[in-house]
Amino acid sequence: MMKITICIGSSCHLKGSREVVEGLQKLIARDGLKDKIELAGTFCLGKCQTGVNVLVNDERFSVSPETVEEFYSSAVLPRLK
Amino acid sequence: MRKFDTKVQYLKYKVLRAVARHAWKGDLLEKLIDIPKEIVPGGTPTMRCCVYKERAILAERVKIAMGGDPTNPNVIEVIDIACDECPASGYSVTDACRGCLAHRCEDVCPKEAITFDEQHKAHIDKQKCVNCGRCAQACQYSAIINRKRPCENACKIKAISMAEGGEAKIDNSKCISCGACVYQCPFGAISDKSYILNVIDMLKKSSGNEKYKVYAVVAPSVASNFTYAKLGQVISGIEKLGFFHCVEAALGADMVAYSECKELAEKGFLTSSCCPAFVDYIKKSFPKMAQHISHNLSPAATIAKYMKETDPNCKIVFIGPCTAKKMEVRLDRVRPYIDSAITFEELQALFDSRDIDITTLGESALDNASYFGRIFARSGGLADAVAEALKERGIDFDLKAVSCDGIEQCKAALLKAQVGKADGNFIEGMACVGGCIGGAGCLTHEAKNKADVDKYGRQAMEKTIKDAISVYNIGKDAE
Repeated sequence: MMKITICIGSSCHLKGSREVVEGLQKLIARDGLKDKIELAGTFCLGKCQTGVNVLVNDERFSVSPETVEEFYSSAVLPRLK
Repeated sequence: MRKFDTKVQYLKYKVLRAVARHAWKGDLLEKLIDIPKEIVPGGTPTMRCCVYKERAILAERVKIAMGGDPTNPNVIEVIDIACDECPASGYSVTDACRGCLAHRCEDVCPKEAITFDEQHKAHIDKQKCVNCGRCAQACQYSAIINRKRPCENACKIKAISMAEGGEAKIDNSKCISCGACVYQCPFGAISDKSYILNVIDMLKKSSGNEKYKVYAVVAPSVASNFTYAKLGQVISGIEKLGFFHCVEAALGADMVAYSECKELAEKGFLTSSCCPAFVDYIKKSFPKMAQHISHNLSPAATIAKYMKETDPNCKIVFIGPCTAKKMEVRLDRVRPYIDSAITFEELQALFDSRDIDITTLGESALDNASYFGRIFARSGGLADAVAEALKERGIDFDLKAVSCDGIEQCKAALLKAQVGKADGNFIEGMACVGGCIGGAGCLTHEAKNKADVDKYGRQAMEKTIKDAISVYNIGKDAE
């Protein structure tokens, strides 16, 4: 099971963490990966400048609402295999 | 720069700041007995009969700043020697009595409590007087006044009386720890116990948030406090004290509104559970109504519970306007989530104990909640949020909210509801007048505070409750 943790602290929230969450939820549903990916929220990863911060397991990525799809295909899908 | 409403608050702040300074330094136990002398170095007394009494009282204030009397379960405590033993409440005749012939006062008194001395001046027999006030209305010289002890007058639920020695006494079986008396006593003889030492200890032992993270859950009434700086600077200040991150209690309020509206629609009648003093009031004085209290945790406890689920090792400190919160965090159902609670007054003391001038800091973001979560801070906001949540969830329920502004209105509404004659189907109870923005732990209490909160509400990025709480449902299937 892969765990994706999205920062929902104030700074990331203002940069669009809700859209990032919604984007990921849609993509995961589209590909039927609900059983393989667990989504979670956290308040602040201490790297507010690079938000929206997202952890794939323990690896940190910087994502924005515009780059969700790219992040999903380049960072999430390859790590599932 | 005016930070407080009264000099009593300022004095309390000076004590808190001194205690905090030594605690950060680690020499509190050695310097403890010197603190009164630090604050009143000597010379001419400015508050009491002599500097020695001033220092004796300060020693008691230091004790309260360090958590107070551990044998007293209440967080609100009387400092016996600070109490000026104001004259007993009730009507009395002043020097303005001219000793007239008419004796209207005597004629209107239903209890024959008024007599006259050799100079024909009126006297009231306290044994007979029932404080109806008719004599005061009748006197053409306004010579009869109604004296009220400020503490007893502040306590609308009558939990304060006079002890045998004349000092104020709190009946813990009635007291709801709202802190009205704390704010109103002109001598500062009643105080809320402080847990700043727990918070400092928690921050120190976290080793810079390495061992565990310390989060602050900040109440939305922050918008009407620290108005000498920007909100973002207050948040920076909290982080500078050593907190890892601030989260809005208002996000918890959004969550509460969302689930409360459903509970209300299912049960048909509900009293709110957001204000800990109001909940305590129902339990103590209207036990039969307790079954109608919403099952929701308070907003702060709701968000704290969520945070502890995402990070079980973290510590959470509530920062707000509320003295009753200090009681709430001890409840079995809240204790696992909130580790400590401090007031805005205490936060100001903590800032200054570290010489943090927040006006010089950059701004940090604080944006988790919606407009509706944020307006919980003022009377009527909770009912507005429940109405919005009903709409957003498409629940068909005819909400008739009774927004009670202050404990007197709460009492009136509960008395009616108790006999099945409630004016509505949802009682929003706020013990403090104005709502949380009138809380005893606020730095200031001003008319424009409500406008400050509404403005802060409108600044929220999320416009709906659903959007604000969507983060809370990550990983859960949406309802």
